Amino acid sequence: MIEIEGVRKSFGPLEVLRGIDLTVRNGEVISIIGASGSGKSTLLYCINGLESIQGGRILVDGEDVHGRDTNLNRLRQRLGMVFQQWNSFPHLTALENVALAPRIVKGKSRAEAREIARAQLEHVGLGDKLDVYPSKLSGGQQQRLAIARALAMEPDYMLFDEATSALDPELVGEVLDTMRLLANEGATMICVTHEMGFARDVSDRVAFVDEGRIEEIGPPSQIFGAAQSEKTQRFLAKVR
Amino acid sequence: MSETDSIEFFTSFRVEDLWFLLEAAGRTLLISVLGISGGTVLGIAFGWLLSIGRWYGAATLGWVLDVFRSVPLIIQLVLFFNFFPIVGFPLDPFGAGTLVLVMYTSALVAQVARGGIEAVSISTRRAARSLGMSYWQDLRYVVWPIGIRAVLPSWTGVALGVLKDTALVSVLGYMELLRASQILITRTQEPFLVLAVVGAFYFALSFPIARFSERLERRWSHD
Ligand SMILES: Nc1ncnc2c1ncn2[C@@H]1O[C@H](COP(=O)(O)OP(=O)(O)OP(=O)(O)O)[C@@H](O)[C@H]1O
Ligand SMILES: [Mg+2]
Repeated sequence: MIEIEGVRKSFGPLEVLRGIDLTVRNGEVISIIGASGSGKSTLLYCINGLESIQGGRILVDGEDVHGRDTNLNRLRQRLGMVFQQWNSFPHLTALENVALAPRIVKGKSRAEAREIARAQLEHVGLGDKLDVYPSKLSGGQQQRLAIARALAMEPDYMLFDEATSALDPELVGEVLDTMRLLANEGATMICVTHEMGFARDVSDRVAFVDEGRIEEIGPPSQIFGAAQSEKTQRFLAKVR
Repeated sequence: MSETDSIEFFTSFRVEDLWFLLEAAGRTLLISVLGISGGTVLGIAFGWLLSIGRWYGAATLGWVLDVFRSVPLIIQLVLFFNFFPIVGFPLDPFGAGTLVLVMYTSALVAQVARGGIEAVSISTRRAARSLGMSYWQDLRYVVWPIGIRAVLPSWTGVALGVLKDTALVSVLGYMELLRASQILITRTQEPFLVLAVVGAFYFALSFPIARFSERLERRWSHD
């Protein structure tokens, strides 16, 4: 369970998160939608401790992410993250990209790590690209590689930050399909996304973020069918 | 100095002279290896400190390195050689030359190293950290391999430059290749022959560095 309580975050004088409350239960898929600059990415970075916070707290299975004694490197193993920029390690083959962290972070043997990597690459449909370097992969394949890389750490939660935004339109589908696959397998996911179709079909709940606050949160039927907030309605009218 | 000096003034080039040059080449090699390796290690540390930025010392360090980069090496050599005894720390030409070469090289390498570190995008580093890698694991397994591939050609340029610049240590009286060649030219009056041989020696010293880096580059390109 991820518990976000009254989280505030500023960059200098700019307050980006102004009191976010959100509880994510295990097995739940939550989509976060909202205008550019509303603080969606920042929220994800705060959840895995890539950004500090100025107020409130975030608990992952009861452990305070920003606590003084928290071992962030250990905590992050439970929080897989996929970025808008797929960030493959260009000097490693697909297999090595995925096997690296299990080996050096979890201390798996070389052979074990490669086995894990092979399995995860097959999982995301890249079983035939094991020895290929990222520069030879399409954007969609690189993004699936990034998903496999995160999954190889066997995280309890997956955070997606606009995983499809940097992709050519024809490549979006394969990545969304992979995310759908994970959701169907019961993964706990927080997905920042601009793909309203995905948010509607796959999520258990959709949160609309506006100016650093959760303006409205509810099941897709509510958000897309009967939004209570005028701001939500206006945002959805614009993106549709 | 040496036994070749006095007896006859002008004598032709002899086989022993080759040995004389070979020894001098050995000294050039020694001071180059020390200068380049010491300067590279130190320069990487400096480049890393510069890349962290925010730290208030970075400005001071950057300024000091700028001085080492921009003052001609020959001036640095003479200045420091005469400066060390003043502070009660006299050094022979070899010691002073090595020390100055290390500082000079480190200033050049620091810029290269900083460039290498900055060649790795923040978001790639965040991806590494998000997998649970520590700061040092990120540096070791992600930043280092990506960065070195980006700046190996620049580093090779620096190393080859420093190798040739070791000739300047001759002004302190260190008997390296250039100084040895001058002595031989004075004695034999055969500048072309001597310079050709010395040039060949410099080439023989540079060639392995150039080839080595070319090899690495080829191995790293996946095309
Ligand atoms: N490191 C930073 N330093 C200063 N300001 C930042 C930093 N990161 C983000 N911001 C600012 O914080 C605000 C929220 O950024 P964030 O990236 O979280 O928005 P977002 O909702 O993800 O937007 P987008 O849909 O464009 O990705 C923006 O105004 C952004 O300029
Ligand atoms: Mg964003």
